[in-house]
Amino acid sequence: MATIQELERIASQIRRDVIRQTHFVASGHPGASLGCADFFTALYFEIMDHDPKFNMDAKNEDVFFLSNGHISPVWYSTLARSGYFPVEELATFRKINARLQGHPATHEGLPGIRVASGSLGQGMSVAIGVALAKKMDGDKKLVFALTGDGELQEGQNWEAIMFAAHNKIDNLIVTVDYNGQQIDGSNEDVLSLGDLPAKWAAFGWYVIHMRGNDMGNVVATLNEAKQRTRQGKPVVIIMQTDMGFGVDFMVGTHKWHGKAPDDSSNRTSTGAVGGNTGRLSLSLRWCHAPLSQCRYINLSSTIFYNQF
Amino acid sequence: MLDKLTFTEKKATRDGFGAGIYELGKTNPNVIALTADLAASLQLANFIKDFPERFIQVGIAEANMIGISAGLTIGGKIPFATTFANFATGRVYDQIRQSVAYSHKNVKICASHAGLTLGEDGATHQILEDLGMMKMLPGFTVINPCDAEQTRLATLAIAEHYGPVYLRFGRPSWPVFTAPFQFQIGKGILMNEGADISIIATGHLMWHAVEAAKILATEGINCELINIHTIKPLDEELILDSVSKTKCVVTAEEHQMLGGLGGSIAQLLARKLPTPMEMVAVQDSFGESGQPQELLDKYGLGVKDVVAAVKRALARK
Repeated sequence: MATIQELERIASQIRRDVIRQTHFVASGHPGASLGCADFFTALYFEIMDHDPKFNMDAKNEDVFFLSNGHISPVWYSTLARSGYFPVEELATFRKINARLQGHPATHEGLPGIRVASGSLGQGMSVAIGVALAKKMDGDKKLVFALTGDGELQEGQNWEAIMFAAHNKIDNLIVTVDYNGQQIDGSNEDVLSLGDLPAKWAAFGWYVIHMRGNDMGNVVATLNEAKQRTRQGKPVVIIMQTDMGFGVDFMVGTHKWHGKAPDDSSNRTSTGAVGGNTGRLSLSLRWCHAPLSQCRYINLSSTIFYNQF
Repeated sequence: MLDKLTFTEKKATRDGFGAGIYELGKTNPNVIALTADLAASLQLANFIKDFPERFIQVGIAEANMIGISAGLTIGGKIPFATTFANFATGRVYDQIRQSVAYSHKNVKICASHAGLTLGEDGATHQILEDLGMMKMLPGFTVINPCDAEQTRLATLAIAEHYGPVYLRFGRPSWPVFTAPFQFQIGKGILMNEGADISIIATGHLMWHAVEAAKILATEGINCELINIHTIKPLDEELILDSVSKTKCVVTAEEHQMLGGLGGSIAQLLARKLPTPMEMVAVQDSFGESGQPQELLDKYGLGVKDVVAAVKRALARK
């Protein structure tokens, strides 16, 4: 069992990976990737019983599905850091002939990915299918899925939500990344989700709240969610996060949803640094400094992917 | 040989599917049947009665059904996702594309009530674009059987085939005449040898091709009859062998001309063996309410339309 401090340290590394991956190819979705880094870290390094040797059929292991596939950088980093594929491969993100597609795909055979996602609203249905198969086979392991909040505007989610409650899919834990932002602005401005916890509850789910950028709370809440499984109801965690969390100039805005930091950027982090808070110190100007001065990152090099 | 292409009973192709899925229930414990509130129309009653633990009622939520099916394959199941052809394809094209095709999942999409022969419900339900949509998806196998027996055999065969499949069948009572023939995915069937023209048909229109050939035989025109049940992958060898002999071809299908079997064969022949060709298919139009045979006649898919197409093609030879 990892300590909260150890998990925070891993989450910081994953945040650095997110920035490096997206900066390296000047594309990708850093915002919600940063916001979900704590969740991914807790899930793969503490909560799930999973096998990095990777079996597609996921028998007798916990399994995770990412419905909001655009936050692939955080998933790729988490998978690499937990041993699914070499960390160096993160340098191939979004490049031609690579397994790390812009949105997750099985097509190139990347370990850890079991279905393509990116076109929104489909992941929960797939997760339900796996949960059903596990029930049919008497497999006691759990199915986890993450969706975005804006993504819940897709109608298929509500088909899935209705189905899971009706069919008592109680080996499923869905988490909603409730950061309140989407491409064109806030959820409130674009299409309000209304009273989201009440909606899930009304559909028959067990609803839990989580502070998604507080590692202690993330671990405790995910453990609570596991306790709530196998009681006749699917479980949903409404995970409050800050988009861009850990990088000061990215935090709390939808501006970095699908935009990567670039070299010409003159922004400097003014926030807390590394370590205990799990936050990331970052100045993009450092990428032009000598390597010896790069405390955390060298944005244009793959060398430091192994540096923890 | 033409005389042997006859029938003693009529059945809907969907009945063949119902018989096939029930046999699979008995023989293959991994087969799961799903439906979106159309269990009776898809002839699932026997399967549900004897294998209730392997039946999933999804409700009127086709997108969710496709996603659940993709998920079931990850656990090693072989899901047969069933509904009407319109709701099984056009309504959920993106779900199929991403969660099934691109992810290469072993999902069997089994669709009834395809085409004009759905009849009285009208154009909202009469999909005539499904073969085109489904054959364009990389890695998809697309099958359109021509009678109940062939549909039964196809249903059994796709369970043994690993990969995503679209199996298309229909509602009307239709002659059952393929008992003498084997079924193999991707292998067309030479149903009658002839020297003058190749008639290549799929689905319900295969029977119209048979009837047209019988009429034409009385006029001294010997038609080679080829049944292409597997639209993709296409049996290029059989088609090229036949057409290189007859030097003239007519295709027939219950589908839009754009994107159907005729299009696939035209692409093949244009590349490898340019040949005078006519197509019996719907001409960029929706259907309407009516009885199946009335609709086939009105939209140019009748026996007389096949006969006329043969004569046009022969004139171009």
